[in-house]
Amino acid sequence: MVETGHFALVLAFALSLVQTLVPLFGARLNNQRLMAVGGPVAVTGFALTALSFVALASAYASSDFSVASVWENSHSLQPLIYKITGTWGNHEGSMLLWVLILTFFGALVAAFGSNLPATLRANVLAVQGAIGAAFFLFILATSNPFIRLNPAPIEGRDLNPILQDLGLAIHPPFLYLGYVGFSICFSFSVAALIEGRIDASWARWVRPWTLVAWMFLTGGIAMGSYWAYYELGWGGFWFWDPVENASFMPWLSGTALLHSAIVMEKRSALKIWTLLLAILTFSMSLLGTFLVRSGVLTSVHAFATDPTRGVFILCILTLFIGGSLALFALRASRLTAGGLFHPISREGALVLNNLFLTTATATVLVGTLYPLAVEAFSADKISVGAPFFNLTFGPLMVPLLLVVPFGPLLAWKRGDVFAVAQRLMVAFAAALLATLVTALFIDGASVFAALGVGLAVWLILGALTDLAVKSGFGNVAPGILVRRLLRLPRSVYGTAFAHLGLGLTTLGIVGTLCFGTEKILSMHAGETVELSGHTVRFVGLYPAQGPNYSEDRGRFELIGVSGSPVGEISSAKRFYPVREMTTTESGIRTIGLSQLYLSLGDEGNDGSVVVRLWWKPLVTLIWGGGLVMMAGAAMSLMDRRLRVGAPSRRRKQVIALKSVGQP
Amino acid sequence: MTRKQKRLSVIAGGLAFLGAATGLTFYALGQKASYFYMPADLTTASVQPGQRIRLGGLVEKGTIQRGQRATVGFSVTDTHKSVKVTYTGILPDLFREEQGVITEGTFGPDGVFVADSVLAKHDERYMPKDVADGLKAKGVWQESKSE
Repeated sequence: MVETGHFALVLAFALSLVQTLVPLFGARLNNQRLMAVGGPVAVTGFALTALSFVALASAYASSDFSVASVWENSHSLQPLIYKITGTWGNHEGSMLLWVLILTFFGALVAAFGSNLPATLRANVLAVQGAIGAAFFLFILATSNPFIRLNPAPIEGRDLNPILQDLGLAIHPPFLYLGYVGFSICFSFSVAALIEGRIDASWARWVRPWTLVAWMFLTGGIAMGSYWAYYELGWGGFWFWDPVENASFMPWLSGTALLHSAIVMEKRSALKIWTLLLAILTFSMSLLGTFLVRSGVLTSVHAFATDPTRGVFILCILTLFIGGSLALFALRASRLTAGGLFHPISREGALVLNNLFLTTATATVLVGTLYPLAVEAFSADKISVGAPFFNLTFGPLMVPLLLVVPFGPLLAWKRGDVFAVAQRLMVAFAAALLATLVTALFIDGASVFAALGVGLAVWLILGALTDLAVKSGFGNVAPGILVRRLLRLPRSVYGTAFAHLGLGLTTLGIVGTLCFGTEKILSMHAGETVELSGHTVRFVGLYPAQGPNYSEDRGRFELIGVSGSPVGEISSAKRFYPVREMTTTESGIRTIGLSQLYLSLGDEGNDGSVVVRLWWKPLVTLIWGGGLVMMAGAAMSLMDRRLRVGAPSRRRKQVIALKSVGQP
Repeated sequence: MTRKQKRLSVIAGGLAFLGAATGLTFYALGQKASYFYMPADLTTASVQPGQRIRLGGLVEKGTIQRGQRATVGFSVTDTHKSVKVTYTGILPDLFREEQGVITEGTFGPDGVFVADSVLAKHDERYMPKDVADGLKAKGVWQESKSE
């Protein structure tokens, strides 16, 4: 089975070369038969990669330690779920997942792209094939997951305990679906550059792919954030760690792309910019892959440090980013520029969005790469952390968030700010009220807290105002209102939900950062501690045995108003003997939208235990907002105009028949 | 305003915005980036009390003192020099004697480094990269010891 997988992977590499060259020449020679090769080859390439992936997963599931990668990252005592997720919990396997998703998207274009113009489709598949070829070669040459060991070891070296978590089942696949999903937008852009032609229907094809990628990336980042929050035991949800930034940069520029593609589709403007943004977004994904996989950064994500891998990915990076930007420089002038428009309009607002988001991307990029540059050119080692990003990213986001509610309410072509402001009066008044209430009754000390709450309320109500205005709330009878609400295009709901989710996430962040409290103390069994109105009693430490670890579980009771326990929280110190590694399992109790978070420290000499306790108000909204954003993207994907598509399939068939009829 | 003037003002606004963002970024890099030092570097580098730095090295053997409550004191050494560090909070799971750590914080007026974060290696097999590089440069640690 393992050899089958290896063979399938080599075959998939060969097919990716075919997929690159044949359709490309076909499109150049305008030869239908050569161009038609791309589709079936892409689908077959995906099938082979999937076979290869299944082969590796089954080696992991059956603990076949004769495979080096399995031996290094698995153990026979691990629960089956972690054996399977361990397939991509290491460098080799995660790269295989990367190409699996890449070929999956290629196969989707082949399967659903039948209404694309033949040359565009051929070129898209060719570019997709070229990316695949580079990464297949990378895997086969430097990170082959199928290398055998002889003699086979009896027992494996266990998966990194931090990764032995359900988060590993969701976070990497979602993140990769997002990262790699942007490859389609990239391929479409490069294909458009090769053809030297771009029109509004191009945007109509690119936008759904952007939406899909963005949706999964949002989910992947949110999941990663929650995972780090509960697994690392530090109580933080975002650390501005370079690896986090690596996933955040494509998200920011992808969000910009999502918005500029709307302008291109509706108003046929910003064409060249949208195309450039698509290239840059996937470049950010490649850069992220490089940062995480090359070992230039030390982190949980950097599974191994092997310089040849870093150099190889750097070459891929240079080839694709450099190549596509060079092509852009050569061909961009040939593309017809779109029309101009009035600054105060929907498209003007979207340009403003793009300005802020791309600048924010650049800021994060500088903060992430600057330490690497300093280290490369001088002996100094520096780190750029939260203080830098709070000072640069923060001021960029606040004005952007302030204007978000205006955007969807402005008309295309020529908008009226005053009319929109009038409609937003209710949201504004409520936001002002929320600010005042926060300042006067909850926390008068922090101006930021009050303004933050106001901003979040402004975003949330602004999103709802959009729906209310578009359904005619207040002007029509309730029955008609409901009917109108149901008839609104799904993309309107998509926008409203995405912006609503943004507001919820903002509220969660403000709540946690501004109103959160914490205590660090050493506790004896039986002692109680009070934090922000919640009383917790330490019951004691109890040893326990897991499948591949032993643990000291600290049990705590949440004491209710009456003085009797209302619930239990437990946090544990786990020891994994194979890796001689200790991890902390945090204890979390969700109360409403807030959480009580508890983390166990070292045992003192006198039998006391260091306990760190946090009260995190509204913290669940941070990730809940992410889910709402995903729901928004899903709704937008279901919009009628994306389902129907521009050139109908029947007309296309007629053209195809005609072209077949001609010699 | 004419059409041309409008366009120019939009472009000027955009450029002013980008300029402000660039300026802010470089200001922040100058102010907020924290430098990495090993204890022996501190004799030559001038680090003011209150300036945020990262201090890396090995936890010196026999120096870990668990005080009252959750405050811990220990020394960070690069085998040439050592620096006293205090930290209040939960130490990372892999914090141990003679293991690599990176602490981040500021020097107090008494010359004791007050750390607000302590990072140990993520995994038994790794040494924090900056510490490993620093120790290699000082000739006290070889690659072969890493396994």
